[in-house]
Amino acid sequence: MRIAVTTVLALMLGISGVSAETVKPADVKIVDGAIAQALTDKPGDPVKGRQWFMGRKLGNCLACHVNSDLADQPYHGEVGPPLDGVAGRWSAAELRAIVVNSKEALSPETIMPGFYRDAGLNRVAKKFAGKTVLSAQQVEDVVAYLMTLKEE
Amino acid sequence: MKKLLAMGVIGLFAATANVALANEDAELVVDGQAFVTKLDAPADSPLSEILSGWRFRNDETQELQTDDFENPAMIFAEYGSELWETADGADGKSCADCHGDAAESMKGLRASMPKWHDGKKTLFALEDHINWSREEHQKAKPWKWESQEMLAMTAYIGLQSRGMPVKVKVDGPAADWWKRGEELYYTRVGQLDMSCAHCHENNYGNMIRADHLSQGQINGFPVYRLKWQGMGSIHRRFKGCMDNIRATPFKRGSDEFTALELYLASRGEGLSVETPALRN
Ligand code: HEC
Ligand code: HEC
Repeated sequence: MRIAVTTVLALMLGISGVSAETVKPADVKIVDGAIAQALTDKPGDPVKGRQWFMGRKLGNCLACHVNSDLADQPYHGEVGPPLDGVAGRWSAAELRAIVVNSKEALSPETIMPGFYRDAGLNRVAKKFAGKTVLSAQQVEDVVAYLMTLKEE
Repeated sequence: MKKLLAMGVIGLFAATANVALANEDAELVVDGQAFVTKLDAPADSPLSEILSGWRFRNDETQELQTDDFENPAMIFAEYGSELWETADGADGKSCADCHGDAAESMKGLRASMPKWHDGKKTLFALEDHINWSREEHQKAKPWKWESQEMLAMTAYIGLQSRGMPVKVKVDGPAADWWKRGEELYYTRVGQLDMSCAHCHENNYGNMIRADHLSQGQINGFPVYRLKWQGMGSIHRRFKGCMDNIRATPFKRGSDEFTALELYLASRGEGLSVETPALRN
């Protein structure tokens, strides 16, 4: 009975464990090209991040970036720079900002999509309207994965 | 139709062939006729050189386009030639009844489309022109933009300009359309937030996953696409690109796509018309 009451309370307050600590896209602040605070309170999982990195319906980062860690995957793109050793060039906070909104973190002209933005976009297909490409947790997973890409 | 099916099978084979890149120096010659697939861009062009999409396809796909017996798109042009001779509509007239030999009367039309139509006071794509003539001269129902009939007829009429340089009118009443097309070309759209220019101006020559990015020229349309296992219009291709970046595409035949078509045609001026071309 007590459990039921707590659940109702949680529902009324609009909190459900995870989302309570998830930063919404509109609340993300990029300061000096970095986002110091993780978007969720659950640490990123690099193994999952690797999946999101190559998933065509997810990050599809491989569409544009060569990444030797995924040499077993065909078709690495050439549109962006290779990401080998990227952890040596950027901090986790900077990588988070690049993945969240590369236009703010890298350059306003970049072709690279912002993966955690849901506003300021034009003619978004209905199916994707108001949604981000990656969830907050997926961004954290990808960042954790990128941090494993160190130069040998 | 049997023949079409057989071609589909050939298409499948070609599509699964390796994605090795084309020989950069290959030249397109069909039946002894040489095509301009590469030229220096004029000073005011955003491009330094102008390249046909043919140059970006792999050797097998390139080769299929050099042989009219192998090029599945030619079946559609053939069907178009039949439609040209076929009476239709309340007036019981065929295209040929008014226009005679397409090789003469339609020569050069594709190379100059889209163009301003004085009667309708709007910019016409080739499809608009065909449907206008059907309604006006044949009293026939318009064809759907992406119908087999329309694709066959645009392929057949386009074929009559094959090898001729693209040259469109962008002044006079077309000027506003051209401006609108340019604006659309550089506008970011979709959840992935890209413009046409991001892929086709800044990144042509680069691989994006398994695709070799071209300049997105339209001189070969309508094209037979192995991936589609069929023909597609210019506007179908535009829609596909917008879908890929998760944007709401404009409608086929919309003012937006026709304006974009004019702008793209002008970016490809000097390329030979390759209609009907083959793509993977
Ligand atoms: C459509 C192309 C495209 C996609 C998809 C893409 N990127 Fe990028 N990325 C770029 C480009 C281009 C740059 C270089 C910045 C510039 O000049 O525009 C870049 C830069 C970067 C950088 C900085 C690299 C450096 O060494 O400076 C990182 C890190 C990065 N991307 C990670 C990612 C991740 C992670 C994903 C997927 C979640 C991704 N990118 C998806 C095109 C892309
Ligand atoms: C994410 C990258 C991307 C964007 C953005 C994009 N395209 Fe494409 N486009 C492609 C790819 C990949 C192909 C197939 C390979 C090729 O020819 O480049 C293609 C093909 C084309 C072709 C066919 C070229 C040929 O010779 O067969 C045209 C025309 C075209 N695009 C126009 C456009 C227009 C107009 C826009 C903007 C509304 C646009 N594209 C946006 C990736 C893109």
